[in-house]
Amino acid sequence: MASAEYLDESPIEFGQIRVVQSSSAMPSQDSMEPTFSLPIGLPLSSSHSVPLPFPMSHGTTTLAFIFQGGVLAAADTRSSCSGLVACPAAQKILPIHSHLVGTTSGTSADCALWKRILARELRLYQLRHGRRLSTGGAAKLLSHMLQPFKGTELSVGGQQCFGRERSGPSLYYVCSDGTRLKGTLFSVGSGSPYAYSVLDQGVQWGLTVQEAVSIAREAVFRATYRDAYSGNCVDLYHITSKGWTRRNREDLKEEGVHPQWRVSFSTLTVETARE
Amino acid sequence: MEYLIGIQGPDFVLVAADNVAASSIIQMKHDYDKMFKLSEKILLLCVGEAGDTVQFAEYIQKNVQLYKMRNGYELSPAAAANFTRKNLADYLRSRTPYHVNLLLAGYDEADGPGLYYMDYLSALAKAPFAAHGYGLNRRFILNLPSFNVRLIDREGIHDLEKLTLGAK
Repeated sequence: MASAEYLDESPIEFGQIRVVQSSSAMPSQDSMEPTFSLPIGLPLSSSHSVPLPFPMSHGTTTLAFIFQGGVLAAADTRSSCSGLVACPAAQKILPIHSHLVGTTSGTSADCALWKRILARELRLYQLRHGRRLSTGGAAKLLSHMLQPFKGTELSVGGQQCFGRERSGPSLYYVCSDGTRLKGTLFSVGSGSPYAYSVLDQGVQWGLTVQEAVSIAREAVFRATYRDAYSGNCVDLYHITSKGWTRRNREDLKEEGVHPQWRVSFSTLTVETARE
Repeated sequence: MEYLIGIQGPDFVLVAADNVAASSIIQMKHDYDKMFKLSEKILLLCVGEAGDTVQFAEYIQKNVQLYKMRNGYELSPAAAANFTRKNLADYLRSRTPYHVNLLLAGYDEADGPGLYYMDYLSALAKAPFAAHGYGLNRRFILNLPSFNVRLIDREGIHDLEKLTLGAK
């Protein structure tokens, strides 16, 4: 029975830990109420928060930008946990439907969960209303669903939803702290400053697909070069009006060696061989 | 830091807000609009904590529009300001207070132009000029490159030229 109730709950209200309060609850609001009401006893302040089992840490490099050929999204594949590489082949770009892709940053579990919830809600919307929700609408929906968890340790830090619809490609940045921004270029994660430096230099509207792909790869590579929490491979997704396509995952290790180091390394081996 | 400036004139209110949306050290957006249109002659300028600003401002915006739909006439700027303040005050001692600083600027047919200053502790003051941002005793520090500027008068809300300080 409990699971059936769970499925019936609207996502905007579900998930909050309902603590039974013996003392007085919040006074009921007047007639002008928000459409979603916060359940009484919501433990959002620090004095009531559920303690975390272990400290959460997150580091990643994800980026996305719009250009004449659609939207390009790129991300590294390193999943780190307190200084340990938990998984070198994680997937940080999760498709939500054929024309909408989201990148993830922050706690992987939270991101994966909320992506699935978003995908479910978008599908329900499509079935109920007969049309797809726009990217802005999807971003707003996600932002509203995350809003009750503000102040908790939830870290769906910096996700990006983007797609291509009648009005053209669009890109939104959504974060668990409530930020929702529409833009043409975003990068999220611990490696984002490094990625921004490459992207701000090279991204313009008129790029060809080839140029855009190489800039995105270079940006992720530069970030992984310097940021300890980003690395391993790069995932690239290209979204056009026909849907998303995924390039093969590319290992950055072959590019990883700076050309100068390569030269000096080979000189070193020659010298040791002589000795 | 985010800046809001409002100046009331004899028959107009001039408001300006900066254009930066930042997330810790990264400026994510350089053309972000912090003004919310509550009605044809009322603007709400909102800065503060990341998600709270948009949530709260849109909540007020939709409720002001709802009032017009239900009653057939619009809320005056004074009424809108007091409604906003009441909501801030109600949430202040709840578990989810909104950390937002606001300026509400409007033109009323009967009362003329009005500028209302509100802060996150739900203070409300009608003032001839007001600002939110960093400032010391006598100076208000501006360090952001561009500002949206709008004017409200009898005819409604007008967009003025965007102020950009220094090179673009």
